[in-house]
Amino acid sequence: MLREFLILSRGGQGGVTASRILASAAVLEGLWAQAIPEFGAERRGAIVKSYLRVSDGPIARHSNVRRPEGVAVFSSRILDLVDISKFAPEGSTVLVNAAEKPKIPGREVYYVNATSIAVGLGLVIAGWPLVNTAMSSAMARVFRIASLESVVSALSEYFKGELLKANIEAAKIAWDSVSG
Amino acid sequence: MRRKVVTGNVAVAEAVKVSGVQVISAYPITPQTVIVERIAEMVERGEMKARYIRVESEHSALAAVYGASAGGARAFTATSSHGLLYMYEMLWWVAYSRLPIVMAVVTRAIGPPWNIHSDHHDALTARDSGWIIGFASSVQEAFDMTVQAFKIGEDPKVLLPVMVALEGFTLSHTAEPVDVPEEELVREWLPPREPLPFKIEPGKPFSVGNLGPDEVSMELRWLMWRAMERSRLVIRDVDIEYAKVFGLRSYGGLGEDFHAKNSDYVVVAMGAWSGDAKEAVERLRSEGYNVGLLRVRFFRPFPWEELREVSQNAKAVLAVDRAVSMGHRGVLGLEVSSALGGKVPVKNVIAGIGGVDVGPEDFYSIIKGFIEEYEYGSIEGWSRPEWYMPWMEVGGG
Repeated sequence: MLREFLILSRGGQGGVTASRILASAAVLEGLWAQAIPEFGAERRGAIVKSYLRVSDGPIARHSNVRRPEGVAVFSSRILDLVDISKFAPEGSTVLVNAAEKPKIPGREVYYVNATSIAVGLGLVIAGWPLVNTAMSSAMARVFRIASLESVVSALSEYFKGELLKANIEAAKIAWDSVSG
Repeated sequence: MRRKVVTGNVAVAEAVKVSGVQVISAYPITPQTVIVERIAEMVERGEMKARYIRVESEHSALAAVYGASAGGARAFTATSSHGLLYMYEMLWWVAYSRLPIVMAVVTRAIGPPWNIHSDHHDALTARDSGWIIGFASSVQEAFDMTVQAFKIGEDPKVLLPVMVALEGFTLSHTAEPVDVPEEELVREWLPPREPLPFKIEPGKPFSVGNLGPDEVSMELRWLMWRAMERSRLVIRDVDIEYAKVFGLRSYGGLGEDFHAKNSDYVVVAMGAWSGDAKEAVERLRSEGYNVGLLRVRFFRPFPWEELREVSQNAKAVLAVDRAVSMGHRGVLGLEVSSALGGKVPVKNVIAGIGGVDVGPEDFYSIIKGFIEEYEYGSIEGWSRPEWYMPWMEVGGG
């Protein structure tokens, strides 16, 4: 079965990398996956969309995801800037990086404080907390994309050394702390 | 075999590495691609024993690999949109000199207005130049087609340059699982290049491409024509052989037949959105419509035999285009009409220009509309192309 997800992030937060980490994790579990970034002429700070598809067979389509079953929002501020109901269809699941649970009517809402996890582990570059690993892990759990073990294995394709260790830690904390 | 999740850009760079390319040249500025960045890193780290020449323009990039290839090396470059247009003169020099260079073209729209997303206009400007032109439809195919391109172009029966087109963002930046064969196995299948048709070496001077009788020019074009025709067989054989040797899939040679043969209605498309079209075809088939798809894998040489074969019993054919020849029809639409020679009515839809997203639902409505129009008797032998712009109130020809 083909499953489709959307990530809304700000340029620099690692939304594109998160979709790739999850694609790798799904492939490690024997699934097929596709991670598509939707770039425009964005710069750091602009809202970036990334799409993720996971399936039990090869994925034919390459167009944008239009009706995701799950949407991950990498910064709770994005909820003030966009009408989330345009991105997350009625009945879909929304996961937000937030300190407390946001209210989004008609959607199943989960949250995880990925910013505080990143800052706590020193995962900050040029003042930007790198929330992508924590969010990937929380997405994997909430959207049932892959196990924590697969997410951790996938991380080694993207990070090395000390950075890898900190990211694995972020993934573990996020997996345990995400709540609905 | 290793399964990796990589983008189209990285897959092509990997393919260049395992193919034992000796010289790469690139102009590293927009609209260049991550392909040449990855290759530069691999050369720098010593993972690729190749010479990397950084130049001052795309025109020079192709000129540099022209020289390398004339000197006997296996050579590669990559570009996109305006970069390809800037090397246009050299495209013809390379092809007319019969140098089997491989070039990846990440297809992107041509400005103005500035637009970084994909349509097919850039790659298709090479139509008449003598390059073999392939269009990948997945990241795996971008990898496979790049490796195969060296085998095809360097075949003594062919000796033509090969362009591997992959769509900007849709394939270049999209990560998908790719099965990468072991480098040693690829090297065995694709041994170092025989420096044909000639090799320019120090101390052995001879003249190439000098002014000659007009008849010589025409003869050389005729020989090139014959080589392009022969390349059909080589492309088909290489596709089958590659699949067998590496345990990967065969794509169907010049064109991929997806339920097209013996269908009442045949859809023709090219590139990654063919996957979206396939999903629409599958849905329509499950609803009882007798429809199939021919995916054009190679635009040059054009798979006219395959197209005629699959559509010999078809009531009508639909060509969905991502490029338009102003003043006539869509570029693929023209090719399809010409290959079928009026035997079957052909409808031409132009969509996805400038990277406009076209998904399975769009293809469903385009294809269903086409079948209904035919059944109501409104598609004749020659109809005006239709622009698919669902966000506008008024569409049509």
